[in-house]
Amino acid sequence: MATAEEVAKAVERRDVRDRWLLSAPALLVIFLAATGPLLIVLVYSFLTPGSYGDVKWQFSPEAWIAVFLERDIFDDTLSIAAAHVTIFLRSIKLSVVTTIATLVLGFPTAYFMATRSEKTRDLWLFLITIPFWTNLLIRTFAVLQIIRNEGIINTILLKLGIISAPIQILYTDTAILIGMAYVYLPLMVLPIYASMEKLDFRLVEAGYDLYASRFQVLRRIIFPLVKPGVIAGSILVFIPALGAYVTPSVLGGGKNMMLSNLIELQFGQGRNWPLGSALSIAVMIIVMVALLAYVRNAGKSGVRHG
Amino acid sequence: MNWKTTATAMGLALLASTGLARADGVLNIYNWGNYTSPDVIKKFEAKYNVKVTITDYDSNDTALAKVRQGGTGFDIAVPSQTYVPIWIKEGLIQETDPGKMENFKNVAPEWANPDFDPGRKYSVPWAWGTIGVVVNTDAYKGPANTWGIVFNTPDELKGKVNVVPEMGDVMFAAIKYVGGQQCTDDKAVLKKVRDLLVAAKPNWIAMEYNTIEKMGAGDFKATSDWNGSALRQRLANPAIHYNYPKEGFGLWSDNVVVLKEAKNVENAKLFQNFIMDPENAAGLSAFHRYANAITGSDKYMPADMKDAPEVIIPAADKPLGELQQMCPPETQELYTKIWTELQK
Amino acid sequence: MAKNFSIKHQPGFTAIAATCFIVLYLPIIVLVIYAFNAASSTSEWGGFSLKWFQSAWQNTQVVDATLRSFQIGSIAAVLSTIFATMAALATTRTAPYPGLTFKYAAINQPLMVPEIVTGVALLIFFSRIKIFTGYSGIGYLVAAHTAFCIPFAYLPIRARLENMDLTLERAAADLYATPWKAFRRITLPLLWPGILAGLMLAFVISLDDVVITEFVKSGGQDTLPTYMLGQIRRGITPEINAISTAFLLLSVAIVTLFFFVSRKRD
Repeated sequence: MATAEEVAKAVERRDVRDRWLLSAPALLVIFLAATGPLLIVLVYSFLTPGSYGDVKWQFSPEAWIAVFLERDIFDDTLSIAAAHVTIFLRSIKLSVVTTIATLVLGFPTAYFMATRSEKTRDLWLFLITIPFWTNLLIRTFAVLQIIRNEGIINTILLKLGIISAPIQILYTDTAILIGMAYVYLPLMVLPIYASMEKLDFRLVEAGYDLYASRFQVLRRIIFPLVKPGVIAGSILVFIPALGAYVTPSVLGGGKNMMLSNLIELQFGQGRNWPLGSALSIAVMIIVMVALLAYVRNAGKSGVRHG
Repeated sequence: MNWKTTATAMGLALLASTGLARADGVLNIYNWGNYTSPDVIKKFEAKYNVKVTITDYDSNDTALAKVRQGGTGFDIAVPSQTYVPIWIKEGLIQETDPGKMENFKNVAPEWANPDFDPGRKYSVPWAWGTIGVVVNTDAYKGPANTWGIVFNTPDELKGKVNVVPEMGDVMFAAIKYVGGQQCTDDKAVLKKVRDLLVAAKPNWIAMEYNTIEKMGAGDFKATSDWNGSALRQRLANPAIHYNYPKEGFGLWSDNVVVLKEAKNVENAKLFQNFIMDPENAAGLSAFHRYANAITGSDKYMPADMKDAPEVIIPAADKPLGELQQMCPPETQELYTKIWTELQK
Repeated sequence: MAKNFSIKHQPGFTAIAATCFIVLYLPIIVLVIYAFNAASSTSEWGGFSLKWFQSAWQNTQVVDATLRSFQIGSIAAVLSTIFATMAALATTRTAPYPGLTFKYAAINQPLMVPEIVTGVALLIFFSRIKIFTGYSGIGYLVAAHTAFCIPFAYLPIRARLENMDLTLERAAADLYATPWKAFRRITLPLLWPGILAGLMLAFVISLDDVVITEFVKSGGQDTLPTYMLGQIRRGITPEINAISTAFLLLSVAIVTLFFFVSRKRD
């Protein structure tokens, strides 16, 4: 006869097997249509650039060296690839600011939606997503119409006599931030909403019974409870924002490169596919490590459930 | 309707649609977006009883990458002159010998035997044009036939100039401005070019493609641009002028080729011949707003293009134009570095 | 406690939410208004006109592209949400087991790579399959879209699950409910808001994709974003505003209908 321990172990094994089966379809699709083909890119990063795009099948570490070091074309000195670092930092900064902005705006919005009556909640969910059923580029152009010099904001301010000349918002960092916050807002709102929707307000009530202030309730009770949603939302905003280029180039004027522009340049006009491959794998590794560290840390300090 | 009839109907519809798609009368065109006149396509479809599909690309590099990998299902593509030799060298396109086609006699002599396709063994001219400087004369009245508008911006235009972010075109213009030859790898010249670009950039408001709308609305007062785009801007606002820079300007030409993997070769050849007909070439021009390299097409051209200074290069400026070439990979690498430095 | 003290109230939250909704719809309203603009530039008003609707309707390329976007978006959103739900169930509410971190990293991987890289990788990979099988249909686009939509559906669903304890499901099991029954009757209803949020996100993300589609598409497979990408160099016409407006009105109509039908059922 099996001991209780053995039974427990068998149950656990079966549980793990079931869990693999359950995740199999997602893993399979991702492996076939995302991760698997990336192995090609990994191989490409160690090859020689083809004359006009593509690669020559000849080993070369040049691309990986070029990710970190650059040889000056005029005095031939080797130094840290300053251009790559500048562009990387610019993208990171934009992502951080966008994440904070969407969180500040998105958290209250999600809270508002989650506290509506049960029947109307789905409607609010649709209402917040409908603007995003129009294409990204069209949405960005619509934002442009509003903030440009002849746009609505400037026209109204001029008519009201608040300003005497149009404010140049378009092609500034402010414009990029407005656009980014606009474009990425639902990616923050929806996950927070999903984890807030079943918030147990008896806990909130208990808080007030203990004479907690509104802010204390928010910080000590509500926020910890919806933390998984905030984490998910931050990931969904931060990482895609890191690869954003449509919004920055339409609203910012495209004078400065973002990470994606740099990588795209190598696959396009720059015709250096190995460098493009190496750059993107480097970015992927950095982001992946940061993500796992973030999730692990956030999980530890969070409130445990279940 | 019960499920059986529904299923049968749907099955039949499916069969009919795939049957259509597999029929001989198909032509799949892969072209730049918003570049193919629907009217001319309709005429071609009616004349030869062929169903045409049009799929867009946005850059020569994307088109080349996709066609090189294969399996695309396209019959025809329209690469620029700089890329045609690569397509030929890599065996991506077939020799359809347009030089022997019936309508070839219409091709203007200067485009009948180009360096990028000697003897026109592969390609048929679709459109050609120039790259120059567009200025809104309400904002700047001085001489504008110079790349100095972009690289040494006059005070009136500072912070109002746009540059179309085509690496090859910008490098060509900057090299001409400092007095070099296109595709130069002379470090002394390139150093001047780099310093020029880096110093010029603070005076630019943007680097983007959307010039027609922004020049029209007044967000930009000047820009580097293609001539067809400049024509559309002038038609919207007569104060906008196109200028041929005296330091030298680039010429380009897009050309219709038939892919090696094409499944509808005969239709593709018919199409190549079809667009060399003056009336059809003029129809294409009326839509994409560029010149077409077909003699005799002028009498079918729309009135606003017949003697447009953007389309017909003035005789005095003509010698300054130079067909742009594909630079060797090592040179290209230098240019990419300068470009990255500029946009970092 | 004061009579009108609402425990759900947080100062300023409603105001921020209201601002958000207004700001979200403002550009959309501008877009709709300009769709009725007679002028051919999007920056000046030339009087009311329906001409862009007319010309968009006659432009089969743009109509086809819009329908194709919608078709790929719906299929990919549904598939990715189903797969993501299964994966979320498999990776939450458990003690760490071998492969858990791997799964988490793998599922989120499509997020980490710039689109252009996935695009090029898929171009190389799918071209081989296209040549080998001779099939060049829309399946490749659906597969690619499903893959990159999975993390967007997965994260909200997972966030929802993490907040749900297992008590109810255990109780159901104790009452001899089959796992499927327990899932359908208990887990699914509780999880539904997360699933809906995931589905919406996946749909939106698929509708927006340009670069991957550009590299994967075969002849005659332009979607609205790739169609627009092709137009950028030559200027975008207000036809796009018109088609987006039509699409928007259609989706609002569908949603309204859906909402009232589901309300009646309750």
